[in-house]
Amino acid sequence: MKCSLASLAAVALACAGAALAADPSQVARGKYLVTVAGCNDCHTPWIVGPNGPEPDMTRMLSGHPQAFKVTSPAKTPDEPWIMTAAVTNTAWSGPWGVSFTANLTPDPETGLGQWTQRNFTDTIRSGRHHGRGREILPPMPIRMYRNFTDDDLEAIFGYLGTIPAVKNRVPEPLPPAAPAGK
Amino acid sequence: MKLATALVASTLAAAVAGAAPSSEPLPQWLSETGYGAPEMQSFTPRYPLWSDGAAKRRWILLPAGTSIDRSKIDAWDFPPGTKLWKEFAFDSPIETRLIERLADGSWRFATYLWLPDGRDAELAHEWGLRMYPVSGAPDGRYAILSRNDCRACHEGPAVPVLGYSAVQLEAPPLPPALGYLHANCGHCHNATGAVAGVDLVLAQSAADPQASAQATRASLFGRASRFRSGDGDAARRDHVIVERMHSTNPYTRMPPIGVQVVDREGAALVEAWIRQTSEETSR
Repeated sequence: MKCSLASLAAVALACAGAALAADPSQVARGKYLVTVAGCNDCHTPWIVGPNGPEPDMTRMLSGHPQAFKVTSPAKTPDEPWIMTAAVTNTAWSGPWGVSFTANLTPDPETGLGQWTQRNFTDTIRSGRHHGRGREILPPMPIRMYRNFTDDDLEAIFGYLGTIPAVKNRVPEPLPPAAPAGK
Repeated sequence: MKLATALVASTLAAAVAGAAPSSEPLPQWLSETGYGAPEMQSFTPRYPLWSDGAAKRRWILLPAGTSIDRSKIDAWDFPPGTKLWKEFAFDSPIETRLIERLADGSWRFATYLWLPDGRDAELAHEWGLRMYPVSGAPDGRYAILSRNDCRACHEGPAVPVLGYSAVQLEAPPLPPALGYLHANCGHCHNATGAVAGVDLVLAQSAADPQASAQATRASLFGRASRFRSGDGDAARRDHVIVERMHSTNPYTRMPPIGVQVVDREGAALVEAWIRQTSEETSR
């Protein structure tokens, strides 16, 4: 059997990726970081349970539910209030328009399934989608999260790859009602 | 809504920060970067990047006795010490951006803001300025990009120099729409960069322009976009491209960085090419 250098490199890389994903301590650390960093607070839709509002862990980290249609920003509150949250805690309306929390599950079509570690790290570091697209909007605490170390971000992304995939297509953000520049 | 405006500006400005620190301090003034040296050579790329209608001038300076290794036609190798400047002006110069190759082969990026009297330009903060007041700019506002934003575009292709390349200066001219897509989209949307997973190849090749044009057609036509049309159906990629070029929505328009105003002429050029190519391929 012939093996080219390129294919050997590809196998080595695949093995490295698999080893990372399968490393239980790394996955456990990622789970810990995701839990204490509050990712579920916004990326898991909230429902009203027997103890009041709580994250619906059957839809863990799947982002704003696609069936929950939001078509325009909320009425702007008077100062000192500045933003409005949807009942699911997955959509936020403010001076920037409406932001929807992303699907962080590994679903290949609607989640992070096709993202690479670099895409994820670049996003958190830069505050832009994929590190080079549109800005990540409030209330995502990018200002703080960009201080995660590379190891942290690898652990988080590794853990996110192990959670149940949920097919849920989150809408694009909505612009402000009267966008600047018009 | 002063509080609201300030908060969102502050939040978003912080969001684009976070660039890795430079290995050595950047000069505080443009005049200390080598700008103005008689050896600086001006150049004009064939397919300019749309920058909201700003007037632009560009220069390159190679260290004495060095030259560019052009053996890889689509990835020219610039010697350490290479510097390029690009000036953006509305009525008068606003900023001059610098790209420099360091001794270790890495690149660094900076922006210098011109003083009102035009004497010199001072180093801008690495986070940029989102709403820099500039008379003559659209809405009187101008976005000074962060160094992370510089990297977002310039570190997309194999070589971070985008306007000084074989495609831009030496190769036989491309169909204008492909040249436009190359210059305005191809630095991110190429086959090898960080968002190669999107599988949208708009960068063109001087080494094999037929192959790159074919890759562009293959990635645009007969493909469903991940974006949805109003009724929730998968939209055609060739439609979505044009839609996003015409969009004024800051979150869905393309390109996402350095543009606030739609380039109607450029979008019309691409739209006409897409219509024509689509008809040819469906015959």
